[in-house]
Amino acid sequence: MGTDLPDHRLAIVGAGVMGTNIATLATGHGVPVVLVDVADAVLDRARTAIAGKLRHAQLMGVLPPGRPHGTLTTSTSLDDAAGATTVIEAVTELPETKAKVLAGVSAVVQPGTTLISNTSCIPVDEMADWVVRPGELVGVHFMNPSYLIKMVEVIRGPRTGEATMAAVTGLLTALGREALVIRDSPGFVINRLLHPLINTAAMLVEEGVATAEVVDGLLEGCLGHATGPLRTGDLIGLDNLVDSLNVLYERRGDESCRPCELLLAKVRDGDLGRKTGRGFYDYGKVAS
Amino acid sequence: MTTGQAITPVTAEAVTAEAVSEALTAFLAERIKTEVAPDQDLFASGLASSMFAMQLVVHLEETYDIAIIGPELKLDNFRTVQAMTALVLRLRDG
Repeated sequence: MGTDLPDHRLAIVGAGVMGTNIATLATGHGVPVVLVDVADAVLDRARTAIAGKLRHAQLMGVLPPGRPHGTLTTSTSLDDAAGATTVIEAVTELPETKAKVLAGVSAVVQPGTTLISNTSCIPVDEMADWVVRPGELVGVHFMNPSYLIKMVEVIRGPRTGEATMAAVTGLLTALGREALVIRDSPGFVINRLLHPLINTAAMLVEEGVATAEVVDGLLEGCLGHATGPLRTGDLIGLDNLVDSLNVLYERRGDESCRPCELLLAKVRDGDLGRKTGRGFYDYGKVAS
Repeated sequence: MTTGQAITPVTAEAVTAEAVSEALTAFLAERIKTEVAPDQDLFASGLASSMFAMQLVVHLEETYDIAIIGPELKLDNFRTVQAMTALVLRLRDG
């Protein structure tokens, strides 16, 4: 009790893996959240997922003790994002989808509202063209699970304003996160390094050089990687990984970012990773 | 030792420390491909991840028809087969 939290009110657009992760992080830190997506069925699943993730966060002891949870409201209307102090966009990594959502959000919020994109690879300055006030847009790359990993990558676009940087720092502090700030570039730092690594790891499996377990085992045992690239891909979601690799490939022409056939086949088969119960590994049942 | 997905909840009778401990050791052997000692710390030894910890919570709740909530929902209760066994017996008695 007795927390002197500034009045943060969050709206999150997109109730997928990252939207529910960020909603868990925020409500678990006492910040109220309005979660917006296109269908009630998606929002129902998101409520269940967030309840499970809050339990996971409690299990791991990563929530501030004694702070009451923020309320979770769900909605299918972007208009309900209007009262937020910060809106976080966490929709599919497709430029046309992000353009539509960011333009819509930008049209309903008050000037002075921080707009955050949890983009994986699309540069902040490309997205700044889609909003009314480009100075209020900033990129924040939350990790997965957002409530367990303290570090976030903050991307300052060339047009991101000073007040926006101060506001996002205040929010991330309230959420107990640590930030490292970088300049704008496709894939930023994390995904420009990580995505071609996962793609190449998948190619090695595709070519029969090694199994997924062996590739991950080598990266873990020899290089100290925490989960191995393929288990990380399963956690990200292989559909999102392919979309992000395409964004990188289209913008940089780097062949190591052209999604390999094995990845594409898994996406076609609906084996999207942990969220569907199977990707490079079998998770038995769908994990929360 | 079933490998299927169906979970058979354990009903009122016959929940002894030995039975829980044995079933958990078999479950872990299947899931993390390692035979663990009853007092072995699964997390300190890197055998289990934070994601797997949550699967253990759900597995115990479904198998033993218990609700692990409030102060009982903490990692220390899941570190070892011994700790999980004690948790199951405590919650089934309570």
